Amino acid sequence: MSLVLTEDQLMFRDAAKRFAAERTPVAQLRKLRDQNDGVGFDRAVWKEMAQMGWAGVLVPEEHGGAGFGYVGAGLIAQEIGRNLSATPFLSTAVLAVTALLRGGSVAQKEALLPAIASGDLVVALASDERARHAPHSIATRAAGGSGRFKLSGRKLHVLDGHVADRLIVTARTSGDVDSRDGITLFLIDAKATGVNVTRTPTVDHHNAATLELRDVAVGDADVIGTFDKGAVVLDAVLDAGRATLAAELLGVAEESFERTLNYLREREQFGAKIGTFQALQHRAAHLFCEIELVRSVVLRTLQALDSQEPTASNLVCLAKAKATDVARIATNEAVQMHGGIGMTDEFDIGFFMKRARGAGETLGDYYYHADRFAQLAGY
Amino acid sequence: MSAPLKSTDQLEGFRRETRAWLEANCPAEMRQPVAEEGDVCWGGRRWKFKSDAQRAWLERMAERGWTVPEWPKEYGGGGLSKEEARVLREEMARLSCRAPLTSFGISMLGPALLKYGNEEQKREHLPKIVRGEIRWCQGYSEPGAGSDLASLKTRAEDQGDHYVVTGSKIWTSYGDKADWIFCLVRTDFGARKQEGISFLLFDMQSPGIATRPIRLISGYSPFTQTFFDAVQVPKQNLVGELNKGWTIAKYLLTHERNMIGGMGTQRQTPLSQVAIKSIGLASGRLAEGALRADIARFEMDALAFGLTMSRVIDEAKAGNETGAMSSMLKYYGTELNKRRAELAMSIAGAEGLKFDGQTQVDLAPVWLRTKANSIEGGTSEVQLNIIAKSVLRLPGA
Repeated sequence: MSLVLTEDQLMFRDAAKRFAAERTPVAQLRKLRDQNDGVGFDRAVWKEMAQMGWAGVLVPEEHGGAGFGYVGAGLIAQEIGRNLSATPFLSTAVLAVTALLRGGSVAQKEALLPAIASGDLVVALASDERARHAPHSIATRAAGGSGRFKLSGRKLHVLDGHVADRLIVTARTSGDVDSRDGITLFLIDAKATGVNVTRTPTVDHHNAATLELRDVAVGDADVIGTFDKGAVVLDAVLDAGRATLAAELLGVAEESFERTLNYLREREQFGAKIGTFQALQHRAAHLFCEIELVRSVVLRTLQALDSQEPTASNLVCLAKAKATDVARIATNEAVQMHGGIGMTDEFDIGFFMKRARGAGETLGDYYYHADRFAQLAGY
Repeated sequence: MSAPLKSTDQLEGFRRETRAWLEANCPAEMRQPVAEEGDVCWGGRRWKFKSDAQRAWLERMAERGWTVPEWPKEYGGGGLSKEEARVLREEMARLSCRAPLTSFGISMLGPALLKYGNEEQKREHLPKIVRGEIRWCQGYSEPGAGSDLASLKTRAEDQGDHYVVTGSKIWTSYGDKADWIFCLVRTDFGARKQEGISFLLFDMQSPGIATRPIRLISGYSPFTQTFFDAVQVPKQNLVGELNKGWTIAKYLLTHERNMIGGMGTQRQTPLSQVAIKSIGLASGRLAEGALRADIARFEMDALAFGLTMSRVIDEAKAGNETGAMSSMLKYYGTELNKRRAELAMSIAGAEGLKFDGQTQVDLAPVWLRTKANSIEGGTSEVQLNIIAKSVLRLPGA
């Protein structure tokens, strides 16, 4: 497959670019933060995004979606990264939809996919239990049998958890606490008895919550995927999320780099534009190369997910690791090259560094994915 | 420029014929991996074929123009379309055929002559490159003009029907083995430095030329310093317009950068596999954690770089602007190649220190050789300057 966007994809990207810049710029995130908004995004704007085809980007047309695949989702995520747009796109349109597509029953798909695609339903994945990403380390228990269970446990870093209508919860139904086997995915109502959600404010002003489950009643019909074999679905969901985050981080890196280049062209010190200094030029030129590498890797990875290549996970590791690392460097350099003004809250550049950290930590950071990359390659 | 697209059927027919011809004509010895320097055939007046097979392989391939598959037939080339040339490469790889001929004539002068040479020059020089009869060297850098190439001082004085060339070149690759040189000389001494340069071709056997090999840190002497003492060069050997040689020089430098930058992506055993063999695994992971982390970082960057090379090619095919990507590829590719060699040495430990000053397949000379990658063809710092100026449009760059 050619590593170039098709005409359709280019049109889709241009529309996403215009929309994100107009409707969800950095200023909107700043406003939500300043107002200490309880939701963390604008529900009306999320409806508009749904009309643009964002909420249903992965949802097949038969279920009311756009069916644009992971390349399409990546193009949206890149613009979300460029504008630091506040949206439940990752939790709902990518993680939840992938879970339903990979493991959902016909009834679950029919009930949820159209409502997600229309922007009426927010669904969050509640899986991580450790501060450092360890996806199969699950202690949340599903006790019981004969098709009736009670879920108890604690979930961390649940994206959009405090505003979700439904939650996809991973629980241990057999095996040791770190075993890939014995994990089952359950779909629960956020208002069910025994569900307790607490929002956790984060440094990047993005939505996250802690989830406490105490004897939450679920049944067979709530299982997504196969009982005890939920890791098959979970791994696919996480890879989709990681690739999408890599695309978002690419957008974060690109935007902060471009803003920095503009600053280098304008700012004067010692009687010269600071962009004339070779010490800064070479760092910028190196960063340019690194961002170009991330572009190639992200596109290739999203294509591999769309065509369900057997080695897509190796590429996902590469994409998430490389995008996390480069976005970290790009945003750190951005703050440094802006000097004192880069340290002020009034100036936007700091928001990009915070988001690079937040998105970088989510679903596995550079170290997690470098380790997984090596393991998948047999070392 | 390239021949029209062939249908799939025609292409498959070409593949069958090519496969049959290669099987019948590529000697068994020429299907063995290159083991030492003499296995790479450079051709030229003084070339000593290592074996009859090497000679036969060159002659048979040259006869079809397949030493340069995509050059036009009228100059001895294969006249193949891009697709056919790709099929030929694939079929040669399938049989592990060696390249019949490697030369700067093929990789550098030829493309420049096809673009800037006049008809007489093409007819005179291209067929001899195709057949490996003339070995070319490049006269660019000078002792006082390295990164600042345009400040070169070798002079060509107009003497009516010929030029008289005086000066010195350095880092002439195989200058002592070459038959002819393509050379940048100054022909206008008052103009801005880029505007007084011309591109000349001349015979290295001309009176007044001397070469002195330069011994490198690797113990190897692939370069010479080359001296010109009033060398007479006929005027018809000027390529392109007088004082416009810098345009050709830049074109060739881009070409050279792409070659050097691409070296890091040649098929090599992955470092991780080398490390598994020599260090071993503990619970499925390389037993040395810190080294493992560096190897993983390198292998991810190498894969990302390979994908970027593919993307640049795909963008070019789609007709999209690729900017000064050759500088990016040269910079990143050569830095990667150096990282790889450093890691290979670390993995090998004391074994990697073996050095007899002669064997070039040992690790140490390879490691030392890579240090030149980020210097030759424009240093890494020059590439970063070019990116800052032509891509990032930073002021005063």
